[in-house]
Amino acid sequence: MLEIKNLRIEATSYPPDGLPRDVVLVDDVSVSVAKGRVLGLIGESGAGKSTIGLSAMAYGRGGVRLTGGQVLLNGRDIRGLGPAGLRALRGREVTYVAQSAAAAFNPAQRLMEQVIETSLTHGLMGRAEAEARAVALFRKLGLPNPETFGDRYPHQVSGGQLQRAMTAMALCPKPDLVIFDEPTTALDVTTQIDVLAAIKDAIHDTGVAALYITHDLAVVAQVADDILVLRHGKKVEYGTVAEIITAPKEAYTQALVSVRSIDHVEKGAAPSVLSVQQITARYRGTSFDVLKNVTIDLPAGQTLAVVGESGSGKSTLARVITGLLPPARGKIVFGGRTLSPDLPSRSKDDLRELQMIYQMADVAMNPRQTVGTIIGRPLEFYFGLRGEAKRKRVQELLDQIEMGKGYIDRYPAELSGGQKQRVCIARALAAKPKLIICDEVTSALDPLVADGILKLLLNLQAQEHVAYLFITHDLATVKAIADRIAVMYRGEVVRYGTKTDVLTPPFDDYTDLLLSSVPEMELGWLENVLAHRKMASAGN
Amino acid sequence: MHPILKLVVQRIALGLLLLLAVSVLIYAGTEALPGDVAQAILGQSATPEALANLRESLGLNQPGYIRYFHWLGGVLTGDFGKALTNGQDIGQAIAQRLGNTLFLAGCAAAISVPLAIGLGLVAARYNGRWPDKVISGITLSTISLPEFVAAYFVIYLLTQVFPIFQPVAMVFPGMSFWAKLNAVALPVIVLVLVVLAHMMRMTRAAILNVMQSAYIETAELKGLSPMRVIWKHALPNAVAPIISVVVLNLAYLVVGVVVVEVVFSYNALGQYLVDHVAKRDLPVVQAVGLIFAAVYIGLNILADVLAIVANPRLRHPK
Repeated sequence: MLEIKNLRIEATSYPPDGLPRDVVLVDDVSVSVAKGRVLGLIGESGAGKSTIGLSAMAYGRGGVRLTGGQVLLNGRDIRGLGPAGLRALRGREVTYVAQSAAAAFNPAQRLMEQVIETSLTHGLMGRAEAEARAVALFRKLGLPNPETFGDRYPHQVSGGQLQRAMTAMALCPKPDLVIFDEPTTALDVTTQIDVLAAIKDAIHDTGVAALYITHDLAVVAQVADDILVLRHGKKVEYGTVAEIITAPKEAYTQALVSVRSIDHVEKGAAPSVLSVQQITARYRGTSFDVLKNVTIDLPAGQTLAVVGESGSGKSTLARVITGLLPPARGKIVFGGRTLSPDLPSRSKDDLRELQMIYQMADVAMNPRQTVGTIIGRPLEFYFGLRGEAKRKRVQELLDQIEMGKGYIDRYPAELSGGQKQRVCIARALAAKPKLIICDEVTSALDPLVADGILKLLLNLQAQEHVAYLFITHDLATVKAIADRIAVMYRGEVVRYGTKTDVLTPPFDDYTDLLLSSVPEMELGWLENVLAHRKMASAGN
Repeated sequence: MHPILKLVVQRIALGLLLLLAVSVLIYAGTEALPGDVAQAILGQSATPEALANLRESLGLNQPGYIRYFHWLGGVLTGDFGKALTNGQDIGQAIAQRLGNTLFLAGCAAAISVPLAIGLGLVAARYNGRWPDKVISGITLSTISLPEFVAAYFVIYLLTQVFPIFQPVAMVFPGMSFWAKLNAVALPVIVLVLVVLAHMMRMTRAAILNVMQSAYIETAELKGLSPMRVIWKHALPNAVAPIISVVVLNLAYLVVGVVVVEVVFSYNALGQYLVDHVAKRDLPVVQAVGLIFAAVYIGLNILADVLAIVANPRLRHPK
């Protein structure tokens, strides 16, 4: 069906200083996908997996160019096709499922129009036939009310449903090949597993060939037949799923398989630094309690992981603790004193001792300031450090986050994703806080990079005796770092205690659902889990 | 109540409140002008008694706020009072000229709005290539010319070099529609040249902004033709900024075209206003000012409402 031979892809890069130059994104990659087979492309960001996926449609994002090799689809090299030939190919022979369906649907058009659009424009079928096929696909993918689902606009359905609708859109024109580009990455774990199962069934039933792109080896192990491991645009390892999962040959693949190897022993009892007491909160102008009677306790120098799906109130809890959202009821005791509910009336020490690190390090830093200025700002504000003393302290902090010399005068744009997050950690640390709230700090990072950040956070905790309130939806992260865990569901803490207690059965239904939904690196895991579920996931 | 209806009612209520505030400003502003109306009417040689009598009969001796409410009451019942200079009923004088103003603005809008949006779409489709550069070049040079220069150039070209049209845009009651169209052709051409660039550039910019979205990539990966991508997927999501600029230009066509009216001796509101400002005829200035403000506010409410209606999230709540 699809055969890629010695593919080479280049792009022109425009570094902040210096002349534009050509960089090689993908070099000498060869794969083939047969009818009814699924090939998984896996690697960290920048590995070239999406670029290779899109090359099967001869599409290059930005200035990306296919400069060498062949892309044979149904026996012909699509690199030679003109614009009209490509339009005939795209959306007909090959279709695409994007990572964020929420952004990939036109917000101004009903779903049905978008799902059947290619079937009509390519003249594949009449409107009635296309709509009937779309409804059949909606049903197959487990969407609610398949007959009327298409009448809705994208904003009227949930993220998990949109991702299925996108899959229906890709399958509607009866393509030969579908490219799935991280289709479940943006979803909650409990939703991901349903979408994954729906996609797997749909691929199987329609007999279509598929490229499945993801950074999560455990996910791809559930749907793919073969796996290609990529790094820096080059092939690392290529084999069947069983070969890659059970007997990886290359060191990089082994690292991917064994990622999250941190072995963290939970700490014993200690006096608490933060005590959240019966907090109930709602946003202004709404009548819905986002937090209901939340009570948690965080011992000094330890890590409390707050887990839950999107919408469970995790980030709202952080907003209440930081004072951005004064609660309707309840109080917060921090470092032995009761915090005032709103930010303006908190003392400078309150502010200093409670720092925050965010998910998107990119947007949490001023792009026009150097690393030295960014980290130096809290030193100046809280401790009045200036000049040489400030620079010396910034360098100490940089050493602590293992970035060493040479970074102090760089700009955020010159750093990698992991380095940016490290700078944010240093900035929080500069204030000598008692507590750092970490809001999904590793979610946007590749697994190996995220692992490095978690190890760093644990080291810093040992050195500085700082406590972390660690907000995340990722249970693997929780196991790696937490001393205590609070499981949140619809604004309530449904389970709270030490890590061992929370993760030891018997579970309540929700914790069971959450724990069992985390993909595991074993064949047949998906079917097994779905067969033993007690409760439907919230995303449906 | 449906959320859209609620928003529309809110916008209209706010608009009326704003109009009331503007009426106070207009009245206070014209009152604060230096000079004496009675003196202006009767001239330098008037006797003090005559001046006092005239002030009395014009009600100028009453306090300002009483005269304001008197004036406002008249306006609300459709009575704008009489012109000081010639005693004509202002309402009637305005009605006829307002018709002319709207006719000219309507003709200019009917041509310029579709043309600007069409050119904007084409420019966005060929972004950075020659059609884009030609369209941008031409429209930007026409907007850079002062209106009167453009007007004289058009007159020279279309009455002297190619004698197709009349240089003077005379319209009077009883003229047939086609004769009127022929008469206003030149000012319409000038106005189109003046307003085209702004709307075209905004359409182009709004479309290009939307073209960065993920759903445009989806559309391209569906193998749709570039024009279908723009028409079906980009334009519906770019209407809000386009509407606001279109309406801003419509408002300009109604209230800002006095130079063009003068050049073509077109008998409409702008010229009427300028004449009476020169003669210090305050009731006329106030009345025309209020009408211009109402047009401006009304069109902006329209823009707001259209932008709201164009948003599927508001039209189809969860």
